[in-house]
Amino acid sequence: MSSTAPSTAPCDRGSVHSFDISTGVDGPGTRFVLFTAGCPLRCLYCHNPDTWRMRDGHRESVEAVMAEIGKYRRFIQVAGGGVTISGGEPLLQPAFTGELLRRCHESGLHTALDTSGYLGERATDAMLADTDLVLLDVKSWDPPVYRRLTGAPLAPTLRFARRLADLGRPTWIRYVLVPGLTDVEEHIDGLAAFVATLPNVEHVDVLPFHRMAAHKYAELGLRFPLAEVEPPSAGLLERVHDLFRAHGVRSR
Amino acid sequence: MSVTAGNGRTATDNAWRGFSGSAWRPAIDVRDFIQANYTPYEGDERFLAGATERTRRVWEEIAAMFPEERRRGVYDVDAATPSSITSHAPGYIDRDHELIVGLQTDAPLKRAIMPNGGLRMVESGLAAYGYKLDPAIKEIFTKYRKTHNAGVFDAYTPAIRRARRSHIITGLPDAYGRGRIIGDYRRVALYGVDRLVAAKTAELRSLDDRPSLEEVIRDREELAEQIRALGELKEMAASYGHDISGPARTAREAVQWLYFAYLAAVKEQNGAAMSLGRVSTFLDVYLQRDLDEGTITETGAQELVDDLVIKLRIVRFLRTPEYDQLFSGDPTWVTESLGGIGDDGRPLVTRTSYRFLQTLRNLGPAPEPNLTVLWSPALPETFKRFCARISVETSSIQYESDELLRPRFGDDTAIACCVSAMEVGRKMQFFGARVNLAKTLLYAVNGGRDEMTGEQVGPANPPVTGEYLDYDEVRAALDAMMDWLAETYVDALNVIHYMHDKYAYERVEMALHDHPVRRTLACGIAGLSVAADSLSAIKHARVRTIRDETGLVVDYEIEGDYPAFGNNDDRADALAVELVGAFMDKIRRRPSYRGAEHTQSVLTITSNVVYGKHTGNTPDGRRAGEPFAPGANPMNGRDRHGMVAAALSVAKLPYEQAQDGISLTNTVTPGGLGHTADERAANLAGVLDGYFDAGGFHMNVNVLDRATLLDAMEHPERYPQLTVRVSGYAVNFVRLTPEQQRDVVDRTFHGAL
Repeated sequence: MSSTAPSTAPCDRGSVHSFDISTGVDGPGTRFVLFTAGCPLRCLYCHNPDTWRMRDGHRESVEAVMAEIGKYRRFIQVAGGGVTISGGEPLLQPAFTGELLRRCHESGLHTALDTSGYLGERATDAMLADTDLVLLDVKSWDPPVYRRLTGAPLAPTLRFARRLADLGRPTWIRYVLVPGLTDVEEHIDGLAAFVATLPNVEHVDVLPFHRMAAHKYAELGLRFPLAEVEPPSAGLLERVHDLFRAHGVRSR
Repeated sequence: MSVTAGNGRTATDNAWRGFSGSAWRPAIDVRDFIQANYTPYEGDERFLAGATERTRRVWEEIAAMFPEERRRGVYDVDAATPSSITSHAPGYIDRDHELIVGLQTDAPLKRAIMPNGGLRMVESGLAAYGYKLDPAIKEIFTKYRKTHNAGVFDAYTPAIRRARRSHIITGLPDAYGRGRIIGDYRRVALYGVDRLVAAKTAELRSLDDRPSLEEVIRDREELAEQIRALGELKEMAASYGHDISGPARTAREAVQWLYFAYLAAVKEQNGAAMSLGRVSTFLDVYLQRDLDEGTITETGAQELVDDLVIKLRIVRFLRTPEYDQLFSGDPTWVTESLGGIGDDGRPLVTRTSYRFLQTLRNLGPAPEPNLTVLWSPALPETFKRFCARISVETSSIQYESDELLRPRFGDDTAIACCVSAMEVGRKMQFFGARVNLAKTLLYAVNGGRDEMTGEQVGPANPPVTGEYLDYDEVRAALDAMMDWLAETYVDALNVIHYMHDKYAYERVEMALHDHPVRRTLACGIAGLSVAADSLSAIKHARVRTIRDETGLVVDYEIEGDYPAFGNNDDRADALAVELVGAFMDKIRRRPSYRGAEHTQSVLTITSNVVYGKHTGNTPDGRRAGEPFAPGANPMNGRDRHGMVAAALSVAKLPYEQAQDGISLTNTVTPGGLGHTADERAANLAGVLDGYFDAGGFHMNVNVLDRATLLDAMEHPERYPQLTVRVSGYAVNFVRLTPEQQRDVVDRTFHGAL
């Protein structure tokens, strides 16, 4: 991506980590996924520690990002898919993110926003109207665990989830299953009961914790806090699916 | 067991009962027969039948022999009988339970020797596995009968020998069968051998009035040989108790007749690729007729296909260890092309297209036959999903663009080997392996001296002298070096194919082609992404040369970043596009043997490992000896934006300038396609739609975990059927050399993180 397009307004530029074309991961079909740089949370299992700080990204204009997306428009439309703004935390740069969502949405591309919801209040109703799907990461149902895991309070995420339901925005809940941290049955049960009250939620994705980002921590000279934690067993994964399904929530 | 037809006409009428159409009756025209009679199928896979007890039993009997074969390299060899269509007594896996019969020799997995291609290959193949050539055979093929290999080396020039020895031109079919010729094996089922002999005799008589000059004499001799081979085909079938002089009357006969024709080809030739063609929709006409007549059930129809596929899975040739390094995993490229769309817009998908894919479930995954789906976004969604689902389950399918093939070659085109398109029965190719484009770039820098030996191999053009490489200077030097390469390469191929026609002519395969046949001269390039990235580094970064004491550039230091091929970035992709076109133009300027039309492929098969081993440090930062990327793939790890961005770079390579095919191999983890089996199938089908819509030609799809492959390297016994697609074909992973296993494991896995 070139950074030469002239800037006309502050929201025309954002800090970007990278982009990827991925399939079946960050929303339906094959998607252009933009990873913004900068995140207010420091999740213990974060697999993108290289996106934590805005200053580690590079400044990109909306025009430049749209030009890159343009190279995949036809493919995405034939293959089925869309554009996902992920991060980092895209709502750390709400104007930039909102502008990208608006431009994509107006051009007929399916749009998704991948967020922890912690900064949900920064998402305007107009931005959410341009968002066809929200991928909402709920890291834990238990406030102390949530804080231990992320360094931040849980409440803003739940408020954002409720607001999405009130606005009727299609949402997928994402739940990272970490043995010893997020596998407590009553916490999952509590989350499942809450999700069951959100008619806009299409399903829950239970994402098994993995350690594939360990090398990124090493490269950044950071300690990977969960280096000793094993990925969940197939049996545990199935039990967690069942806990969600017991509340009538689709879980996959 | 069949009975000799007394009255030809009545027997034919009976065999053709219920068939429609007219043009195919007086002439040999299988395509017209298919178009007039096939039943397109747009439903889903639920009609399919599983494996019967009988099928499982036959498969298990043969599969039980595979571990021993894998351990020893070969199961057995007949070292005393040069193979011909009629050389061996009938062989069986389980005579009482096989529905379709016929083996290459008198016992399953027993390999034959084929000295016509070259005696050295036979001798070293035998020696590698502890066998010794019968001295009488050796005497015959040194004293009395010349081989293809001997002929080639009589006519090779010193320049060709140097280029061959230094690995800038490699893998040439100068010591073994060239292959990549597809007989129209369907003709035997539809018409019976006698009709084909009559048609060939008419073709021969049509040359009677032509002056007896070299070309005409050769054509006459070839046609006479074809007629003789058809007689031998009948004789071989009779040894199994079948009279195939007339057309097949049932589906079982159609499968059997067709298989006998193919079997005759693999008894006579050990060609690198011995592809089957496009038989499934043809056979569907017979299976459907029997189903309609109530003489078979779906289970019975599937059994016939399963039994044929068992036979196709055990085609074997005696190869040498050097050959295995180039084309690893004992491949035979029994390629069968499935699907596609007809010229009239009707999909050529039938229930039997499904039945062929179903064999991957009934018999488990396998590299052969090389199942190839001719993909079009216009295929029925149900079929697309089914293919994608089987791909995800077995990693055993490759896909090629029906949208690029059909407008050029028509709707009865099949893939030979990996990516070579051929109108069945009308066109053949002179297989030409490939040249090493990355090494050519190094020769350009070093004025024709080999970067590893210092030997002057290419023309002594002025070397590049500056400390930093200048793009225009290097590109001009490369252009001059490519001129020399194209000239030497086409010279070599002309010699090879002259001698192959003379000493190892494919009699029965050519008997199943029209006369005159159209020919292509199939050249090829390897190391495209290395060459393109090297040029990109020179153009967009700064590349400093590092010389040895003789002034030879032996290494390069890159200052700064450069855009790499495989990121959908035109700055790099345009360089690859330009290289493909430039070399093709140079090839076209060289006269070809028998007026063959020049083509080229961007394909390496597994030879990317060997080419890399023989190529020094390159200006893109690749270290000496490191494997190239396979086919047209971007270099490992340089495609930083995922599978789709890489695929779109490859899709830019112009098929017009590489009509022998452009190969892309993708490996994706299951999670990289979605969460559920349905989602993965839908997403993969979408990716294929998008890729072929963008002009992509070929895609291998592997859906695998790196951990699975690592485990298979440690415990091969646990993964006897683990199949991996590499550059245009599939292999049993556990039969690859350890080096190639590492290459596959190291290759970019496009997974979700």
